[in-house]
Amino acid sequence: MLFFIETVLSGLMAGVMYSLVALGFVLIFKASGIFNFAQGVFCLFAALTFVGIMEKTGVPWPVSFVLTVGVMIALAWAIERFLLSHLVNQEPIILFMATIGLAYFLEGLGDLMWGSDVKPLDIGLPSGASDWMLDTFDIYVEKLEVVAAVVAAALVTGLAVFFQKTRIGRALRAVADDHQAALSVGISLRTIWVIVWSVAGIVALVAGIMWGAKSGVQFSLSLIALKALPVLILGGFTSIPGAIVGGLIIGVGEKVAEIYLGPFVGGAIENWFAYMLALAFLLVRPQGLFGERIIERV
Amino acid sequence: MNETAAQPILSVNNIEVIYNHVILVLKGVSLSVPEGGIVALLGANGAGKTTTLKAISNLLGAERGEVTKGSIVFKDDQVEALSPNDLVKRGCIQVMEGRHCFGHLTVEENLMTGAYTRKDGHGAIRDDLDLVYSYFPRLKERRSSQAGYTSGGEQQMCAIGRALMSRPNMILLDEPSMGLAPQLVEEIFEIVKLLNEKEGVSFLLAEQNTNVALRYATYGYILEAGRIVLDGDAAALRDNEDVKEFYLGVGGEGRKSFRDVKHYKRRKRWLS
Ligand SMILES: Nc1ncnc2c1ncn2[C@@H]1O[C@H](COP(=O)(O)OP(=O)(O)OP(=O)(O)O)[C@@H](O)[C@H]1O
Ligand SMILES: [Mg+2]
Repeated sequence: MLFFIETVLSGLMAGVMYSLVALGFVLIFKASGIFNFAQGVFCLFAALTFVGIMEKTGVPWPVSFVLTVGVMIALAWAIERFLLSHLVNQEPIILFMATIGLAYFLEGLGDLMWGSDVKPLDIGLPSGASDWMLDTFDIYVEKLEVVAAVVAAALVTGLAVFFQKTRIGRALRAVADDHQAALSVGISLRTIWVIVWSVAGIVALVAGIMWGAKSGVQFSLSLIALKALPVLILGGFTSIPGAIVGGLIIGVGEKVAEIYLGPFVGGAIENWFAYMLALAFLLVRPQGLFGERIIERV
Repeated sequence: MNETAAQPILSVNNIEVIYNHVILVLKGVSLSVPEGGIVALLGANGAGKTTTLKAISNLLGAERGEVTKGSIVFKDDQVEALSPNDLVKRGCIQVMEGRHCFGHLTVEENLMTGAYTRKDGHGAIRDDLDLVYSYFPRLKERRSSQAGYTSGGEQQMCAIGRALMSRPNMILLDEPSMGLAPQLVEEIFEIVKLLNEKEGVSFLLAEQNTNVALRYATYGYILEAGRIVLDGDAAALRDNEDVKEFYLGVGGEGRKSFRDVKHYKRRKRWLS
């Protein structure tokens, strides 16, 4: 039983990461209808920049964090200026292709600027097992994973408040609902896009740092984006709570399946379980767990 | 060009609009709205009413439409190159055909999006919210419902209220009567009249419902296939035999086009 709880907990922690990456997708998809293939590379690029700045200049990590946030905002601005503004009104598939190009471009840029070796990311996050959990419940939990979960939860709460309570947040939701009407009341889509892509960049940075702290900053980081796809199918492309819950379900499902089903099918379930789950889900509930209800009345 | 004496707040001069670089939809449209006036833009389906309004508010860009000739002057400035955002800041806002409320936002949040461009502080915006609720008490009752679940009439009120929140001098109102019961149409137009009188908002309203529009407007233009074929004081238009026949549904002889009967008139206008 304890072992099962450990498995679930470690799944939840991994799931938090998936949730963060999926969240970046959902934000951009809601506000601009673009499926941003580059979201995974965003994580890699942000983490690389974060580590790179620390390495090259020796500044403490909070400074590097702030600088990297600046870089992600500049990147969002550049994407809007040089990519989106030229492709506005194009078919979604063209925009999707553009983000594929963007992904390769960013990958190359990250390599060029910071090199392609695996970089350790050490910002003094606690590591090892949580003694308290071990002593009180006899359960093994990585401290780092607890930190990641707490940070992710704080980030999500912050975003939720931002979306619900602020003028810009309201404008973002308005654009997501009906961009024509948003234009008509004087909301500038270009400003909103820069903001959304910046927020997605910052979310990617946080995810990248957490993931990097666990396994180093390396190319494989950009592949967690592949896990975001089943999360999105599960949670619905337009739902922020869906991205979060979907991420957790996939995280836990993977770990549990690996341990309890793995032995029967020869292991390595973790690699494809998420897709199976998503596929099964597609058949039952194609709009996702929390897929936005389409309000059907005029 | 038109007989109204007051200084125009808006004048559209001989504009041409092309969609997708090829489809010529407006073939030289001119009109003007006097400061504090209510002007109706009438015409059948596809005549180009919406296109005209969108050319003014510059929402055409989002639909691959473009003003290729002519000029639009709002409060003495040429505005055809401005973004909708700039126009709203200058006091000209469009209420789109089919309401277009933000379905997942509450009614109150919808209204607040109308104040997006304002910089005059929270207090002033709250005051205007109360003002909007005083014109539309029903919106106050439904303030925390998702707009997508409110009735068509409530959505039309929400859309007009949202536009009001930008403190406009001029509202471009596109088919407010669409899909509403006659009684509700009357209610909406009464409020338009009230807003015009009390808040000094000028209106350019596109309507298929010629009868109601001409009762509330002071002046009217009739658009057919991308051209203005007739214009005049609302009272004169109401008494015009052709308007009666084609747009008010009185008289008979079957459906004809202005193009056949009033060719000379159109000619004259285009030469003037
Ligand atoms: N985005 C577009 N691309 C191409 N053609 C368009 C576009 N929008 C409108 N049109 C065409 O322009 C013409 C005028 O349309 P518009 O919507 O301005 O008419 P309307 O007078 O508002 O009609 P309705 O009363 O039906 O709303 C129509 O023939 C329409 O097919
Ligand atoms: Mg129309």
